[in-house]
Amino acid sequence: MYHYDQFDRDFLAERNAQFRAQVERRLDGSLTEDEFKPLRLMNGVYLQLHAYMLRVAIPYGTLSAPQMRVLAELGDRWDKGYGHFTTRQNIQYNWPRLVDIPDMLDRLGDVGLHAIQTSGNTIRNVTADHFAGAAKDEIADPRPVAELLRQWSTDHPEFQFLPRKFKIAVTGSPNDRAVTRAHDIGLLMTERDGAPGFEVIIGGGLGRTPMIGKTVREFLPVADLLPYCEAIVSVYNRLGRRDNKFKARLKITVHENGIEAIRDAVEARFAEVRPLFDGSAMNALSGIEAQFAPPAFVANTPAPIEGAVLRSFVDTNVTAHRRDDHAIVTVSLKAHGATPGDATGDQMRLLADLAEAHAYGELRISHEQNVILPHVRRDRLPELHAALKAAGLGTANIGLASDIIACPGMDYCALATARSIPVAQQIAMRIDALKIEHEVGHLKIKISGCINACGHHHVGHIGILGLDRAGVENYQITLGGDHTERAAIGERAGPGFAYDQVVPAIERLILAYLDIREGAGETFIDAFRRLGPEPFKAALYPQEKQDAA
Amino acid sequence: MSRKPFTPKVLTANLLREGAVVYLAADGTWVEELARAEVLTDEADAQVRLIEADRPSVVVGTYLAEVEITPGGPRPTHFREDFRATGPTNYDHGKAYGQRPGSEQ
Repeated sequence: MYHYDQFDRDFLAERNAQFRAQVERRLDGSLTEDEFKPLRLMNGVYLQLHAYMLRVAIPYGTLSAPQMRVLAELGDRWDKGYGHFTTRQNIQYNWPRLVDIPDMLDRLGDVGLHAIQTSGNTIRNVTADHFAGAAKDEIADPRPVAELLRQWSTDHPEFQFLPRKFKIAVTGSPNDRAVTRAHDIGLLMTERDGAPGFEVIIGGGLGRTPMIGKTVREFLPVADLLPYCEAIVSVYNRLGRRDNKFKARLKITVHENGIEAIRDAVEARFAEVRPLFDGSAMNALSGIEAQFAPPAFVANTPAPIEGAVLRSFVDTNVTAHRRDDHAIVTVSLKAHGATPGDATGDQMRLLADLAEAHAYGELRISHEQNVILPHVRRDRLPELHAALKAAGLGTANIGLASDIIACPGMDYCALATARSIPVAQQIAMRIDALKIEHEVGHLKIKISGCINACGHHHVGHIGILGLDRAGVENYQITLGGDHTERAAIGERAGPGFAYDQVVPAIERLILAYLDIREGAGETFIDAFRRLGPEPFKAALYPQEKQDAA
Repeated sequence: MSRKPFTPKVLTANLLREGAVVYLAADGTWVEELARAEVLTDEADAQVRLIEADRPSVVVGTYLAEVEITPGGPRPTHFREDFRATGPTNYDHGKAYGQRPGSEQ
């Protein structure tokens, strides 16, 4: 893991001191809200429906056990005993007081965490494959590159006032778990002549105008990564629209100018900036890579997996590790009926303890709002599972219908147009009551409480979008989205559903899938691709089918 | 074209220091309970109160929110304002703490 050096620590301490002074000036009236707002946003502080919200970056989703304990401490000391892990590998605190936030930031700084650029029109937290460094299918660990990008983008003088926010995701595996095609820049590691590099994808994004990113460079050597990203953001900074907030993201710039024109502009800018990068970045990268050396894995004899509950957990929540005697364990924060992504202080501390006891002290946060123990000794799996189960963290539902992504929605978010959390809770409880989710198998349900799509509904196999229709919550359903390397935007199924009708609609959809699939081996998304939307629409809107008959 | 008649409103904002949702009471103080809010039924009066209440060292984001007048006091007409008044629906963490059926104090 990356450890802050003195430069990092000094930078963060100075930045926190600056923000503390800015808060003081706001409180004594020296700064107006209009003056203060961009300053607080650049430090991750929002004003939401009920309170302030502090969004803390978890760079590329990687945490140490001590860092996780501090996240728990923040929840206990300054929130209501919990935190909310988000779809961008951040954690949000929903209830801090403005007067306390400088102290929270100082405490985060003690363990090398911060909230810088988790908001505002800047380059946001760089996200990565949550199995990075552990996955069996990985070409190389993408986190050193993600850390290099974090350092390059933090306080970058040219990129603090971009036309709009800017998101970068990176993966080291051909199986895309980082949703790279829905980011402003997606970096998909690939190899040429035995050397790793990146396919560079730009202009992806969800929100009001969802778009799958386009490849701007088939292969970019690692050595050219920073100047090439500098060129992309520089072109966007120049061409991105500032006249219309809804047309300001890079995806619109690419769409309006065309990928060929943008590629030409990027390559021209790259030629200009490439000589300015003198190799010091590559020296920094080799130093960073050394810090991401794998732990000293202990050879062990895998424990027998006995008992139906443990077998189910291993089948569902455990993924192959690069070493056969280790495993990647995903801990679900989606117990049936729980708020997706929420963890209490006690749960976070337990996860930190278990990481130290069984997994070399490392944790990851996924964009799917779960916690990952990336390096678990296979001889410890039964013991680990028993501890998780005792704490209510043993739910075996990863990748299943109740492993739902949900944004905070109108329960917290000032931008939301409807609630998403209770919809997720009710769907999960209904699926649990029917006892069908293991039979249904792999199914991604994603819920957003507004068109901004923080819940990634566009790329859900089943997407749910909450809207305000004439003062009433209403839910549109999209079908056939995909967040992987086969990325696709789901298509709208038809008219929306009232709040109390959306769960029965999803139930009909799932039961219809069970009826029409070719067998247990055909997943929901495969059945959708084979059959198209019509049989699914017929299940959603049975009355219309009847009327047409 | 006829103008839409003015409907009852309350003046609401968030406290600067704490962030909590508050309403302007008739005595000019900011209170956390919607039931204690002053209901404004005259448009001109509401606009004056809005200007007067904009005290940037105390509150943030003042605006007029529509309510209906009920025997139990003002009630929001839109679900967003209902959630602001009572808190999130997934936990009893907001103002609804202890007020919803099944809540534990």
